[in-house]
Amino acid sequence: MISDEVGYNGKVEGDVIVTKADAVINWIRKHSVWPMPMGLACCAIELMASAASRYDISRFGMEVMRFSPRQSDCMIVAGTVTYKMAEVVRRIYDQMGDPKWVVAMGACASTGGMYRSYAVMQGVDNIVPVDVYISGCPPRPEALLDAMMKLQDKIGQEPSVGNLRKPKAVSPR
Amino acid sequence: MIDDDFTKALLEKNSFLSKRESIDCLTLDCPAEHLAGTTLSLRDEEGFELLVDLTAIDHGEDAELRFSVVLHFYSLIHRGYLRLHAPCLDNENPSITSISAVYPAANWHERETYDMFGIVFTGHPDLKRILMWDEYPYFPLRKEFPLAGIETPLPAADVVEVTKASVEPAPMMGGPFVSSSDGVMSDTEPRARDESWTEESEKPS
Repeated sequence: MISDEVGYNGKVEGDVIVTKADAVINWIRKHSVWPMPMGLACCAIELMASAASRYDISRFGMEVMRFSPRQSDCMIVAGTVTYKMAEVVRRIYDQMGDPKWVVAMGACASTGGMYRSYAVMQGVDNIVPVDVYISGCPPRPEALLDAMMKLQDKIGQEPSVGNLRKPKAVSPR
Repeated sequence: MIDDDFTKALLEKNSFLSKRESIDCLTLDCPAEHLAGTTLSLRDEEGFELLVDLTAIDHGEDAELRFSVVLHFYSLIHRGYLRLHAPCLDNENPSITSISAVYPAANWHERETYDMFGIVFTGHPDLKRILMWDEYPYFPLRKEFPLAGIETPLPAADVVEVTKASVEPAPMMGGPFVSSSDGVMSDTEPRARDESWTEESEKPS
């Protein structure tokens, strides 16, 4: 007899849930993103606002802002990256443990923004691989929350098992 | 206010000073060799307690004296500003006496002026760049330096090795947020004001 039941049947399989390792790992990862605020300019003020009660980033399980790269896995580059600061941003990124993600928050971090100048790096993606870009100058907290939810979606689709021992591709170009 | 009697007395006392045309506060030309003495007497005898600003002017490559240092002082007694304008004698390697021993506030201002214009302040306790990194080869506020910048390697060799990044001229074409302050609103919208100067065609001289 062929059963027309699909999925989990407790009578047959007992207290066992069958799933894919990727799905479990990604589910855990995306609901406990620990961001590191790389606050470099006014975008950092909006970043702080999104952590406060009105916008409340903790609704999405990512309220644990850590100021140490060792304890965080998502760098939010919030502000203007000067060439002098670029080295520091890269070193802090290198100090974060895998898996790690980068959000470029605002026009400056994404493209250099209004600073068409000798001193400002034209986009942080010149030195670190960026996962999500946020437009705005500065973006509203809703935009940051939207980007973080998009990042969660992206984390959910990653081939985590295959990447477990593989470092992420580093060269952005 | 700085009144005329004070100005007259100051000019009589220091014959090397000369009045310079100015639209706002009293401005005096001061020869570079008298700068340290003048600032000391301004602080101790004339009552100018505050050094408000210290910066420089690049008068252009063709100017006879290309660089001059500009200092703003404020007096709480006179309730007014005084500006000193001191030309640097050498156009190739401009230098002038540091006044950071007289006004400690001048320390970082002199470092910034050195960083941006390349004016060496002799006697400064720690004259190094303050905004750009130490190895940066140019002085960005000099007239011949383009706003977009000049290609330069980044300071950290290990970061460059991984990222292949370098300092590149910023794209100037259609630069945003350039607006004129006068005219009707539709004319003052941010736009590229000088579109003849882009990354494809050089700045007109």
